Amino acid sequence: MSSIITNSKVEIDAAGLPYRELNQQIRSAVSIGAKHITLRNVAGQRYIGTNLYEAADRKALDELEIEILGTPGNDLGMFLDGPSITVYGNVMDGTGNTMNAGRIVVHGRAGDITGFSARGGEIFIRDDAGYRTGIHMKEFGSMRPIVVIGGTTQDFLGEYMAGGLIIILGLTLKPGELHYFSHVGTGMHGGAILVRGGLADYQLGNGVGVVNLEEKDRDSLLKYVELYGTYFGVDVAQVNVDQFVKLAPLSKRPYKQLYAY
Amino acid sequence: MNAPRNNSRNAIQAPQRKASDFRIRSNRLAEFSVERDYDKCIKCEVCIRQCSFDVHYYEEEEDLIKHRSEDCVGCQRCAVLCPTDALTIRPNPAQYRAHGSWSSEHVKDINLQAETGGVVLTGAGNDKPMPVYWDKLLINASQVTNPSIDPLREPMELRTFLGAKPDGVEIENGKLVTSMPPQVQIETPILFSAISYGAISYNVQKALAEAAVELGTLFNTGEGGLHPDFYKYRDHAIVQVASGRFGVHPDYLNAARIVEIKIGQGAKPGIGGHLAGEKVSESVSITRMIPAGTDAISPAPQHDIYSIEDLRMLVYAIKEATNYRVPVSVKIAAVHNAAAIASGIVRAGADVIAIDGFRGGTGAAPKVIRDNVGLPIEFALASVDKRLRDEGIRNRVTLIAGGGIRSAGDVVKAIALGADAVYIGTAALIAVGCTLCQKCYSGKCNWGIATQDPYLAKRVNPDIARKRLVNLVKGWSHEIKEMLGGMGINSIESLRGSRSQLRGIGLTTEELNVLGVAPAGN
Ligand code: SF4
Ligand code: SF4
Repeated sequence: MSSIITNSKVEIDAAGLPYRELNQQIRSAVSIGAKHITLRNVAGQRYIGTNLYEAADRKALDELEIEILGTPGNDLGMFLDGPSITVYGNVMDGTGNTMNAGRIVVHGRAGDITGFSARGGEIFIRDDAGYRTGIHMKEFGSMRPIVVIGGTTQDFLGEYMAGGLIIILGLTLKPGELHYFSHVGTGMHGGAILVRGGLADYQLGNGVGVVNLEEKDRDSLLKYVELYGTYFGVDVAQVNVDQFVKLAPLSKRPYKQLYAY
Repeated sequence: MNAPRNNSRNAIQAPQRKASDFRIRSNRLAEFSVERDYDKCIKCEVCIRQCSFDVHYYEEEEDLIKHRSEDCVGCQRCAVLCPTDALTIRPNPAQYRAHGSWSSEHVKDINLQAETGGVVLTGAGNDKPMPVYWDKLLINASQVTNPSIDPLREPMELRTFLGAKPDGVEIENGKLVTSMPPQVQIETPILFSAISYGAISYNVQKALAEAAVELGTLFNTGEGGLHPDFYKYRDHAIVQVASGRFGVHPDYLNAARIVEIKIGQGAKPGIGGHLAGEKVSESVSITRMIPAGTDAISPAPQHDIYSIEDLRMLVYAIKEATNYRVPVSVKIAAVHNAAAIASGIVRAGADVIAIDGFRGGTGAAPKVIRDNVGLPIEFALASVDKRLRDEGIRNRVTLIAGGGIRSAGDVVKAIALGADAVYIGTAALIAVGCTLCQKCYSGKCNWGIATQDPYLAKRVNPDIARKRLVNLVKGWSHEIKEMLGGMGINSIESLRGSRSQLRGIGLTTEELNVLGVAPAGN
């Protein structure tokens, strides 16, 4: 096993390891008490963080930190339930897919369907993200997923969104440039998207509208923009709560009128 | 006689209408005619309390129980429960002028859409008189040369193992050395198909789960999650991962014997679903993990699956999440190119493929889809089985056929056509009381099945329902044994894909070719 263990810190060299083996090594490390795992030379291995379920108890998983150097493959942190993952590099598709709890921080950009169907947890992407970001996110009870994107995303942002919060900072846009996405929030029936940066009417999907920020949105912005600055060491002084617009569903039942009774 | 009024209807007030309440609200002809024999009616008001469609009402001025036929859905609940047999519910004898092309159904649906501008919804399975190929297949029996076997005297094996089988096995010193993919043992090749809590009531899902435990088979949560109370049935659960990902989390995946990725459903191939907010009760909300009262929207595709490669990604995500302990099933609707799709699904790493024919049931589907899209399960099953054999990969999956399995005869025919096991959904609900009124989408099921209304849902006693389900599957299992014995074989294994045990009757050469069976008499 190509890992080095020193007082609950573990390093694994992922070079050449198939994902199944890499994930098995991560599980073994967690099961012997690792609290901080560094994965080096990660190159496309999928499902990192997906199954740590039986390796440790709830509390240990909540405290677990995984640091990834390189480019993890698709479905990073799929079904993630507690741990924090930090990636120094870009991520591919399906980051945080159907995630329940935990945190994923990406020092780079993300591929498609980031945060797809997430029910809880936090995802921070420093730069841009691909298509269908935050699609069908939901929330339940105290579980509320948060996706923060530093730049912009491609189309269908927040499609079918049923809950949670997406914050788009627009930091990668040039002055006066519009966001890249259109059809934002098509079929959206819950949650909110807070957008900073150029946005035209035609970019909004069916069933979503611009509404005023509420106090709780301002609180969320203050909190998550500051976290974004801290995680990525970026100066966020230029980001002001008043620069955001809030996109919210016009109806909780977008398809109510669709059927003949 | 003056019976007490409104005494036992807890949540809902029995409607009291005056004759003047009548209004013409539609120019649709009533589908059913309610006939009340006033000589027999004792005004007990059972029908008023039983009918969730508010067909019956007490008319004070005349002191009579009356009814509005136009609201009747023909579920027969009132007729069955009327203590004096005073009610007859029958198709409305008044019909539009007969027309070979424009059926009454067409005329009524056009009117409904002209009034509402909406999509016509329906429930249960396709009710059109499409050919049922089970009925055109005949099963063989042995005479003289290969003696038949009496299952009452000799052991007869129905035990079935679900999961991928290796290409070959190696045995050393009497021990199996080949590492086997995960297998799930069931005692009869009949499983309860996916029906979500939300589509059906708590009591009915509970009954299905408990019947599965008693029978040594599996029930399927559908895409609505697993209620916390039902985790105790985990050894008999198939859990679904569908486009809405409702209630999907690591505990849920690991609570299952099989995880099933739902791509399609026979009653509505190619489309998603919307569970209306009214049906998302507090308890359904806990199970689906969405707030109570919100619509549960299942998009048409799973948005992380746009290709076979993507499907492989989800299959392996689930295998990772369950530590490769659990077979992963992929359920598809029977569609024209099912065989090629199934071949892709095997290569995507699925251990089980469930194929759902176009007569499969549903809690809600657009009628135009239910009645026009898809393929009979018989064709889909036969072509998938053949394709996988031709490609030499049939052993790598278990095939489960569903969507219109009505009897033990259908089960035997399905297995001879290539299925390893069958899913039953509609048959199970009929056992619990469903009368196929097709109003499941309304949430007002008078039989307490497809409803979240506590007043209606308590009509199903889960213990009685469990017993009825167990009886049904036991009865069918015994019939299967009788048929196997009749063919001179003593194990369901020997019947699998044995199309030589079938003959087609009244089928064209093309149909016989697709089914891979010889004509009767041949
Ligand atoms: S809907 Fe059912 S209970 Fe109501 S009148 Fe018709 S048959 Fe009777
Ligand atoms: S489940 Fe209920 S509503 Fe649906 S067809 Fe059966 S009796 Fe009718």
